[in-house]
Amino acid sequence: MLRKIRRLLIPLLGLWLAACSQTQETTLANGLRIIVKEDHRSPVVVSQIWYRVGSQDEPERSTGISHVLEHMMFKGTAQHGPNEFSRIIAENGGRENAFTSYDYTAYFQQLEKSRLPVSFELEADRMQNLTLADEEFRREIKVVMEERRWRTDDQPEAVVQEKFMTTAYQAHPYRHPVIGWMTDLESMTSKQLRDWYGRWYTPSDAILVVVGDVAPKEVIEQARKYFGPVPARAVERAREVVEPEQKSERRVRVAVPAEVPYVLMGYHVPVHTSVGHGGNVAEWEPYALSVLTGILDGGQAARFERELVREKKLAVAVDIDYSAVARSPGMLMIDATPANGHSVAELERAIRAQIERIKQEPATAEELKRVKAQVVASNVFSRDSVFYQAMQIGRLAAVGLDWRMLDGYADKLKAVTAEQVQTVARKYLVDTNLTVAVLDPLPMAKGQRRMPRPQGGGDVR
Amino acid sequence: MFARTLVFLGLLFISVAASAGPKIHHWTLENGARIYFVEAHELPMLQIRAVFDAGSSRDPAGKAGLARLTSSMLDEGTGNLGADDIAGQFEGLGAEFGAGADRDMATVDLRSLSDAALLDPALDLFAKILAAPSFPAASLERQREQVLVALQKDMQSPGAVADKTFYRELYGDHPYAHDPLGDMTSVKAITREDLLAHYRSYYVGANAWLVIVGDASKRQARKIAERTMGQLPAGRAALPIPLVRTLYAPLQKQVAFPAATQTHILLGQTGMRRGDPDYFPLYVGNYILGGGGLVSRLSTEVREKQGLSYSVYSYFLPLRKAGPMIVGLQTKNTQRDQALNVVRKVISDFVAKGPTEKELNAAKKHITGGFPLRLDSNAKIAENLAVIAFYDLPLTYLDDFIPRVEAVTVEQIRKAFWQRVHPNQMVTVVVGGSR
Repeated sequence: MLRKIRRLLIPLLGLWLAACSQTQETTLANGLRIIVKEDHRSPVVVSQIWYRVGSQDEPERSTGISHVLEHMMFKGTAQHGPNEFSRIIAENGGRENAFTSYDYTAYFQQLEKSRLPVSFELEADRMQNLTLADEEFRREIKVVMEERRWRTDDQPEAVVQEKFMTTAYQAHPYRHPVIGWMTDLESMTSKQLRDWYGRWYTPSDAILVVVGDVAPKEVIEQARKYFGPVPARAVERAREVVEPEQKSERRVRVAVPAEVPYVLMGYHVPVHTSVGHGGNVAEWEPYALSVLTGILDGGQAARFERELVREKKLAVAVDIDYSAVARSPGMLMIDATPANGHSVAELERAIRAQIERIKQEPATAEELKRVKAQVVASNVFSRDSVFYQAMQIGRLAAVGLDWRMLDGYADKLKAVTAEQVQTVARKYLVDTNLTVAVLDPLPMAKGQRRMPRPQGGGDVR
Repeated sequence: MFARTLVFLGLLFISVAASAGPKIHHWTLENGARIYFVEAHELPMLQIRAVFDAGSSRDPAGKAGLARLTSSMLDEGTGNLGADDIAGQFEGLGAEFGAGADRDMATVDLRSLSDAALLDPALDLFAKILAAPSFPAASLERQREQVLVALQKDMQSPGAVADKTFYRELYGDHPYAHDPLGDMTSVKAITREDLLAHYRSYYVGANAWLVIVGDASKRQARKIAERTMGQLPAGRAALPIPLVRTLYAPLQKQVAFPAATQTHILLGQTGMRRGDPDYFPLYVGNYILGGGGLVSRLSTEVREKQGLSYSVYSYFLPLRKAGPMIVGLQTKNTQRDQALNVVRKVISDFVAKGPTEKELNAAKKHITGGFPLRLDSNAKIAENLAVIAFYDLPLTYLDDFIPRVEAVTVEQIRKAFWQRVHPNQMVTVVVGGSR
C-alpha cells in the first residue's frame, strides 16, 4: 500500500475511533480468531478475512507475490471454478473485493445480513482448496502487470513514491513496492505461488471480522461450521528485519516526463507496535505523532493550509500521512506541490521551517482544542460506515494489536499535551532521519501538446 | 491498498435504489427551496447537503470552470470572516464543510455532531456562507493558480486526457462538453464579477434543494431548513440547458502520449437522462454488459479470458439531459488494437442479441439482493436523497426500485439497447504511447 496522502486529518484519526462495546471475540480450535461487532442500523453485514501476510514478508526476487496470490484467490478451487466466487457473491447481492498491503492481505464481502453463510462457505473453501492452475496464472499475471502500469509506471508521483521508499528503507522490506517490481512479476511462476499459499493461508494465522446486523452467537456458530474443519497449521515467520538507524539525510531525484514538480519528505517514526520491544518508545508517542499531524495538516485551519497554501502561497497542496497501525516502524510523510512561480526547493525550506517551529514553540491551546474536537467528531462519524468499522478492527488485529485499544483511543489522543508533541518532533523529525524525493519534470515528449507553465508572478502575491 | 479491482464504478452512477426505503419528509419553503428530510437518531450526528442547479453546464461561453471555482470559493469569506476564521470555526466544532460542482449540480455539505452546542454555531456559519459569500479578490487569484496547477497535473495523466477528450468530442458545443475544472484559457478569464453573477443567478431558492439526514426531529429539521435556506432570495429557476445532439457517424480521436506505457481507451455515445423511460432496462442491461464488476461480459472477455486489462467497465451516467454511455479500459500500448476489437465485439453482440434469461436473473438477484447496501449509512441516504431531489424523481423512487428492476424483461433490454446503443456510431478516444 503506497501510503496515499490524505487531505485531512479526520480520516486518519477516524481510523481509530470506533467504540468497541458490543464487540466479541473468540478463537476456534484451529486457531482462527473471530471478532464480531453488532451494528443494527441497517440489515447488512460485512465479513472480512485477514491473513497476516503482506509484501514485507516477501523475499527478494519474489516481490509482489502476496498481491498476485490475492488475485489468484478468485481463480477457483476444486469445488468452484475460476471466477465463480465472484459470481456467487454477485448473485447474492453482494459486493466483494480484496486488498494487499505491506503488512496483510484481506478479503471482504458486503451483504444483506441473511447471506453471511454464503461468504463463510466460499472463504473457508478458498482458504484450503485453491487450485492455482498454470493457465489461470498465466492470464492473471498479465492483469497484474497492467495494474502496475496503470497505478505506478504511468503516474509520475507514484514513481516518486516508489523511489522514496527504496531510499528511506535500505534493509527493511518496506523498501519494495506492494505490487512488486516488474521484473519479479515477469519471472514469477505458479509453483512459487503454490508455496506461498501453502505457507501463509491457514486458519491458525487468520482473523475473521464480522460487523453488522447480526447476533454474535449465531455468527460464531456459523463460522465454526464452515471454518472449524479447516486443518490447523502454524505459520513460521522469519525474524523481522530491523531498519538500521538512518544517521544522515538522504535525497533522491526522479526525472520523468511530467508537467508539475512534486516533493515527498519523510521521517522514520514509531508506530503502536514499536512500544514495549526493548526500545525507548513510550506508549504515548504514536498518539502524540497523530496529534502533531493534526496540528500541521488536520484540515483547512491547520498550519500547512493556513500558512503555506493561503498565506505564503508557496504550495497548491501540502499533505501529511502518518499511520500508527503497522507491523513495523513506519514513516511520517509530507508531500507537496509548489505553486507556479515557486520552486520545490523553496517549498521544502518552508516545510522544514514548519517542522523546526513545532519543535521550538508549543502548539497553542486553540490548536489542540481544534484537533481534539475533530477527534471527538470523527469518533462518531466513523461509525456511520459498517465497512469502516470492520476495517478498524481488522487492521489492528492483523498487525498484532488488541482491537480493544479502540475503546480508549479517543481519550488517549485527547490526553496528548503540547509538550509531548514537541518531544516527538524533536526526537524524530530531525535531518539525519529525513529522506527527500523530488520529481524533476522532463518535457512530455513530442506529439504531446505541452503548454508553457504559467508564471505565478513572484513571491509576493 | 492494492485492491483486486476498482470499486468505484456502478456505485457512483446509479446511486439511487430502494424497496423499504427510508421515510422521506418533504416540504417547500416560501422562497421555493425544496426540502427532503430523513430522521435517523442512531448516531448523534447530522448531515446536510444543499444542492443548486449551478453545475458546470451553467458556465458561460469562454468561462469554463466558473461553477467549480464559485463553489470552492464559498468558504473563503463571509461578512467580516475570512478563510482562516471559517475553517477555524468549523473545525473547532469538529464539523466538516465541503463544496463542489459537477456538470449538473453544485453541492454544499455540512456534517456535524448533533449536540446543540456544536451544531448551532456550525449551522449559523453554514447559513452565512450560503447567504453572503464575499468571494475575496485575493483568494480568487490563489484559487485560480491552484486550478491551473490541477489542469497541468491532468496533462501528465493519460486517463485525465482521455476523459476530457471524450466529453469534448461527444458533446461538441453542448455545455456538457467541457471539463468542470475549465481549461487554461477559460480559467484565466474568470473574474470576481463572474463569480458574483453566477452566485446571484443560481444560488437562489427557486433553484435550490436541501437534504437533511440524521439526529433531528421534524420540528428541528424545519428550523434548520429555514435557517440555512429560508434566507436566500427566491430568484428564478435556471433555464433548461440545451438538448444533446446525436452523432450519426463514428468518430475516432487519437492522442499521442509518448510517455505512457499503457493506452487508455474510451468509447461511447450519448446515453440517457435521469427519469428516462428506458432507465431500468438500460441500467439492468448495463450491469450485464459491463457494470457488474468482475462478472460482467466485458470483464469476462477482456480481463478474465485474455488478461488484457486490469479494469474494464461500462456505465450510463444519467444527467439532466442525456449523459454519456461510456466503455473504458487501459492496456499496454502493443495490445491496444486487440483490446479495442474485443470490446467492440462484446458490445455489438450484446446490442444484437441482448442478454440471456440466465444473465438477467443473475443481474436481478444482484441488484435486488444488495439493495440494503445502498442505504446503510446516513452518508449514502443523503446522496440518494440529493439525486431524488435534484432530478425530481418521485418520493417513492426508492420504494419502487426493486419492483421496477424485477419487472425488466430480456426483450425490454434487447429493445432498449438495439434502439439506443449504436456500436457503429460511437466516439472512440485512444490515448497512449507508441507501440
